[in-house]
Amino acid sequence: MSAPFARVAAAGPLTLVQDLGRPGAAAMGLSPSGALDRRSLMLANRLLRNAAGAAGLEILLGGLRLDITACAWLAVTGARGLVLLNGEPCPLNTALFASAGSVLEFSAPEAGLRYYLGVSGGLAVPLLSGSASSDLLSGMGPRPLQADDVLAMHLVRTAADAATAGATTAAAGPPTVKDPPHTGQTLALRITEGPRRNMFASSAWSLLTGQEWEVSPDSNRVGTRLLGRPLARREEAGAQLPSEGMVTGALQVPPSGLPTIFLADHPVTGGYPVIAVVRRSDLDAVGQAMTGQRIRFLAPPH
Amino acid sequence: MSHSAEDSGHVPPQEPGKQLTPAPQPILLPCGNHAVLAELPTLQAVLALYRGLSGCTPAGLLDLVPAARTVLAIFDPDRVSVETVRRWMLETPPQPAEAAHAPEVAIDVRYDGPDLAAVARLLGLSQAQVIGLHTGSRWTAAFTGFAPGFAYLVTDHERLHVPRRDTPRTKVPAGAVALGGEFSAIYPSASPGGWQLIGHTDVALWGGGSRPDGAGAALLTPGTLVRFRES
Repeated sequence: MSAPFARVAAAGPLTLVQDLGRPGAAAMGLSPSGALDRRSLMLANRLLRNAAGAAGLEILLGGLRLDITACAWLAVTGARGLVLLNGEPCPLNTALFASAGSVLEFSAPEAGLRYYLGVSGGLAVPLLSGSASSDLLSGMGPRPLQADDVLAMHLVRTAADAATAGATTAAAGPPTVKDPPHTGQTLALRITEGPRRNMFASSAWSLLTGQEWEVSPDSNRVGTRLLGRPLARREEAGAQLPSEGMVTGALQVPPSGLPTIFLADHPVTGGYPVIAVVRRSDLDAVGQAMTGQRIRFLAPPH
Repeated sequence: MSHSAEDSGHVPPQEPGKQLTPAPQPILLPCGNHAVLAELPTLQAVLALYRGLSGCTPAGLLDLVPAARTVLAIFDPDRVSVETVRRWMLETPPQPAEAAHAPEVAIDVRYDGPDLAAVARLLGLSQAQVIGLHTGSRWTAAFTGFAPGFAYLVTDHERLHVPRRDTPRTKVPAGAVALGGEFSAIYPSASPGGWQLIGHTDVALWGGGSRPDGAGAALLTPGTLVRFRES
């Protein structure tokens, strides 16, 4: 059972419904999708005693204004910035009670890019391949929020409801909060060797790990593009690589030599070689990395 | 013909049409701490390994993605180790097409594509012969990609191999039936495309949306058999 709890007064630049995505659908050509900063979505759900993968909102750069139409428990995580409930700054990373008639507003973040808004019970949205996530690459899943959209939540009132809605009781111990990266910080991302490392010149690996890369403004949910000194291919490496399956975190290197870190909406297959793969748990920070943010790659010693 | 158990040195005669060539061993390539990429010499070997692996997946496997020369296994490293996944990929016997029980889909096509005449010219055939070959062949969805629901279809002969168009179209309509290289395909939604368009179909390739579990959203998944019928 679900019920409406909010109306969108302003949608902001890009506000999307996201859960933990749709693994298992790649053979049909569907990207994994899901929250870029998974840890923050899971934190919001945990604060609300939801299932870890309950659907919430991913709010890029703030700008969202919600008119609350029925009382609900909410939690804001992810980016750090000014969030107002009825004009008063409200605390992040904790459960908030919003009564009917209140207004929730998100300013542009001071650190990070994406806020996550969780709601008790989780957002009620039709599922595609088991997931409520928007996929910007293919346009599958719910479209970005627009003004006047009505948001509904799953109703969880009893233990039986909780079981059917997939909700769980809160895990033991306090949830830990990880601050989003601030502008001047260099992100350290752990990598391991990718399948096509040997298509690159011997200098490429030390160039990959030995320089500070910079996040390009062309980055989005498909991938974070990097600027820096380009990685050269081996001359004798074949020019053509038949398209092959891609993983989230793949460092794919097009002919420009400038890598892209594939994020949740990455294409299922791709034809450019993957030199390395970023560790999954380090990708949450990439989803919060601003244009110009510096990135360094850490490889295990050989 | 029967043989006793003592006939241990006996090599059974091959059935006609079947070859006992050993299956090519995949080369396993590293792909982060949550995936392994198996590389194979041919698309047929990819399909056979994909069929075999699909039949006995380990708990913790998240996705199995076949492509032209590779099969990618994505897994949850907290639930299954990379060593186990590697051994599974190396030791699972590939399953040849004739042993598989694949679903078969019939697709009605109107052969009125704008490139049908050009394809016939390129192949040195009449348009009717092109249509006859397309409907008379059994196609297999080898892998997907490009767009959700887009399946690369292969068959067991090369008589319909045509190059892609020199200039891709900026807009190919949904349902367009096309040939490109060694493949045939149906465009599931309107998109740019460089393949030769020989016809169109009204079949919905993507039935996803409001089903609660969303399962079976794509009509064609790797391994699906396809027959085209002229309508």
